[in-house]
Amino acid sequence: MKRIFNQVIFSALLGMFFISCQSSGEKKKTGTVNSDQPAAETANNQPVQAAEKVHQENAVYKKYCLVCHQADGSGVPGMYPPLGKGSWTGKDPKELVLILTNGLKGKVEVNGEFYNSEMPAQPQLTDEEIADVLSYIRSNFGNSFDPIDVELVKKIRGGK
Amino acid sequence: MKKLAFLIITLALWGACQLNSNKNLNSAKGIVSDKDNAGLKLPDGFSALVYADNIGHARHMAINSNGDVYVSLSNVKDGGGMVCLRDSNKDGRADIIKYHGIYDGTGIKIRNGYVYFGADTVIVRYKLTEGELVPSETPEVIAEGFTAQSQHATKPFTFDEDGFMYVTVGAPSNACQVQDRTKGSPGIDPCPILELHGGIWRFRAALLNQDQAKEGYRYATGIRNAVAITWNNVENKLYALQHGRDQLGQFYPDLYTDEQSAKLPAEEFLSVNDGSDFGWPYCYYDPVQKKKVLAPEYGGDGIKAGRCSNAENPIMAFPAHTAPNDLLFYTGSMFPERYRNGAFIAFHGSWNRNPLPQEGYYVAFVPFKGGVPSGDWEIFANGFAGVGEVKSPADAKHRPCGLAQAPDGSLFVSDDANGRIYRIAYNGQ
Repeated sequence: MKRIFNQVIFSALLGMFFISCQSSGEKKKTGTVNSDQPAAETANNQPVQAAEKVHQENAVYKKYCLVCHQADGSGVPGMYPPLGKGSWTGKDPKELVLILTNGLKGKVEVNGEFYNSEMPAQPQLTDEEIADVLSYIRSNFGNSFDPIDVELVKKIRGGK
Repeated sequence: MKKLAFLIITLALWGACQLNSNKNLNSAKGIVSDKDNAGLKLPDGFSALVYADNIGHARHMAINSNGDVYVSLSNVKDGGGMVCLRDSNKDGRADIIKYHGIYDGTGIKIRNGYVYFGADTVIVRYKLTEGELVPSETPEVIAEGFTAQSQHATKPFTFDEDGFMYVTVGAPSNACQVQDRTKGSPGIDPCPILELHGGIWRFRAALLNQDQAKEGYRYATGIRNAVAITWNNVENKLYALQHGRDQLGQFYPDLYTDEQSAKLPAEEFLSVNDGSDFGWPYCYYDPVQKKKVLAPEYGGDGIKAGRCSNAENPIMAFPAHTAPNDLLFYTGSMFPERYRNGAFIAFHGSWNRNPLPQEGYYVAFVPFKGGVPSGDWEIFANGFAGVGEVKSPADAKHRPCGLAQAPDGSLFVSDDANGRIYRIAYNGQ
């Protein structure tokens, strides 16, 4: 086990966040959305504007995330962790934003399975794209977590 | 009365059918294959059984001359990173299963009374005692000094018959970019990764505490990652298969369509000589143009060869991204003549062929003559995934990862998704 810990190489900043945020709970979305129901289906019943937003979020996911995390968010066993139920998707938004902007390297454990690879940093993403793609992931693949507001992303990135 | 007769006939027919499908795996020993051939599709005359199941993320295997099986796990399970299995009641399946050793990893081989084990940063060996399944508690270090990697970290290895061990040291990178797997980031030239990675290193097989940088000899270079590596004792020659680079289309959409990206580059079957250079990261093999092409990170446009005209070509090209994870030259007498000295290859299965369906998840066979393929490759065993189409790798229930030949000539296949060990035998005429 010691070896496993040695191999977990987070950036110092990320490490601090993980320690300080481990206990942050999975904030279940309140309201009428069933946790098993993909948000895309829900969005179909909503005004056109919302449907377009979902489409836009998909575009970011498709361009930067899909190749590794897969179209259904199931990831690649042993390499890229899944994003569905029980994954890190429900973690504190700060952690998620920092994973996107700083990347992640080394062995991680998700749902009792280990994944060892490198996620490249995505600093080129705008605050809007980060908010969009994280909100998309948090409301798809069986997840039903609160969306992440662009203002929060701005605050975390220090107004970048 | 009529009803009873009908029932008896039906039962008799059903029974006959069952007998027919329960082919003898090894009739001399009374080993009977599984009714459904363990879920596999095999050529006529072959059958299969589940030797063991759910043993952990089973990577490579080694089989001792007494039939004991040793399996490496990618993650320690039940206190061990190595699984030791024995079929004590001779029904063809493991009935004693022991977990052993603090190391986990991929490489595993038996040589001169030792089990060698390739953890990601060290290669060790455990002493075997005749008659005992579980090897010694304390490992000896054979090769060390490998850096911790979070890509292509595994250390598969093989032995020749002159006292040498050959170890794959994969590149911790996709294409040696300044920023790995980042659009627009150029390739570093020359690629510094090649000094201690991206090739095959040779060590003494029985010398302790060899450091890669000091005692290791770079036998071949320009190999991104070769999980499948084996010494062919008949040809006295090293063979390996490369995991080709990823994401051409994602990072260079102006040069490659999604479909081209799914089909490029080929997974390469390599005939490896002392001093071979297969061109990674500067080059990749295009199976349509049938040549090494300059990588776009180094100024390539998908067509021109540039400096890659000197890179060695593979002896065979396989579909892109299918991840060949083990190679075995068959030397047993159980399988028909055409399989003798031919190559079995375990394809772990792809993850980055989207939007096309994933590919691989089978064991292929390549006939050989005189050290080179003598015919096209074919799928030998399929059905591991257990689903019609693998859209995402997690869909696959089982993924072929390791191969080993048992003393009776049957072929073992390991699965690192759910830890199943398959045993395939020939019993046809």
